[in-house]
Amino acid sequence: MSGVRVLVGTRKGAFVLRADGARKNWDVTGPFFGGWEVFHVKGSPVDPDRIFASQSTSWFGQLIQRSDDGGLTWEPVGNQFLYDGVPGTHQWYDGTPHPWEFARVWHLEPSLSDPDTVLAGVEDAALFRSVDGGMSWSELSGLRGHDTGSAWQPGAGGMCLHTIIVSPKDPRRIFVAISSAGAFRSDDEGTTWRPINHGLHSEGLPDEYAEVGHCVHRIALHPSNPDVLYMQKHWDVMRSDDAGDSWSEVSGNLPSDFGFAIDVHAHEPETVYVVPITSDSEHFPPEGKLRVYRSRSGGNEWEPLTKGLPQGHCYVDVLRDAMAVDTLDDCGVYFGTTGGQVYASANSGDSWAPIVRDLPAVLSVEVQTLA
Amino acid sequence: MIRVVLPAHLKMLAKVSGEVELEVAGTTSPASVIDALETRFPVLLGTIRDPATQQRRKFVRFYACGTDLSLEPIDTALPEDVQRGRAPFFVVGAMAGG
Repeated sequence: MSGVRVLVGTRKGAFVLRADGARKNWDVTGPFFGGWEVFHVKGSPVDPDRIFASQSTSWFGQLIQRSDDGGLTWEPVGNQFLYDGVPGTHQWYDGTPHPWEFARVWHLEPSLSDPDTVLAGVEDAALFRSVDGGMSWSELSGLRGHDTGSAWQPGAGGMCLHTIIVSPKDPRRIFVAISSAGAFRSDDEGTTWRPINHGLHSEGLPDEYAEVGHCVHRIALHPSNPDVLYMQKHWDVMRSDDAGDSWSEVSGNLPSDFGFAIDVHAHEPETVYVVPITSDSEHFPPEGKLRVYRSRSGGNEWEPLTKGLPQGHCYVDVLRDAMAVDTLDDCGVYFGTTGGQVYASANSGDSWAPIVRDLPAVLSVEVQTLA
Repeated sequence: MIRVVLPAHLKMLAKVSGEVELEVAGTTSPASVIDALETRFPVLLGTIRDPATQQRRKFVRFYACGTDLSLEPIDTALPEDVQRGRAPFFVVGAMAGG
């Protein structure tokens, strides 16, 4: 029977949530790596039993853990993320040059075709690749070496490379996003890169339409149409129909266009989900009502999805990597909150129920659909 | 033989309980003890020293014989009581609370 496995990274460890295709009764295991921050956990699309996890603390640095049995057991693999050559500098908060310093891995993106290949997005922003199952890592330094690299600045959360998408139709094409440098695209497997921020507008920048410097929070696409990108920016929900060459705003009737998470329905390429957050100074839902908003028209027209979600006194946040969809016939949608809840909908968002209520703050949610 | 006390998180990674006993070649210093630790427990590589700089992580401290050795050069010889196994070398995670 089909089923799902939800991989949850939190401030104090990782959790694995399992259910059959009905998605009503859940088996919860964890914490794995208890007491450590787990920014991201993601499985290989080629071999779902192979799962990678990013484990770190400010005390003891970064580890990468790998499971080859679907999250039952884990073994540490390579954790040497060394920048290629002399790292150079980017801009610090005060505009002065600051050396690139590795802090942590924000996002792991296993290959769509090879279980031994995985990409890692790190802080300070850079992209690394392993071709041996995570045992060793080398930087794809063309990104950080882009002409604009020395001008990149961190956002309040650090200068993190948090989004990695490999095009399902062209493995040479990779999209990444960096807070707060913006979005970039490579068409040669990560060797060379160009900013794809035309059409983004960010108040507060000296040039509000600058080539780089935008605080992109997350990008998502549908595998059937990988030239259409959806972006949750610091402010504004954006859409591109030309693989990022240009963007237009599709915030429409959202109560706030600030937010972090964004994702696309598994079977409807024009159905998009966001979780509006009040503002960059108030990281909680507008009016204390936790609402997922769904657009079935690729943006602009949004409907609130509230059934089963708290509609009062709710002041949690939903972070950028904390939403995912499964690929069962009736698409499941999942998201985690900084209050430790993981909510699931087995009907495309029409209704929701918590799988768990009291985990540590959720940093990431990924889901695997199992045959 | 050198006795080393690790913080709880590193004991879990290394899958040890209690003190770790190590044979350390040459001058016994924090650097040589950590070299020996990383050789015996590769999972600890990068957890005590930054992999890029080889310097002590900022929230890790080294204590021995009631003395904070953290700010000494990392290749400074350890006290004789540590070198003779009469006292342990402590790797400590900085306290955080509030």
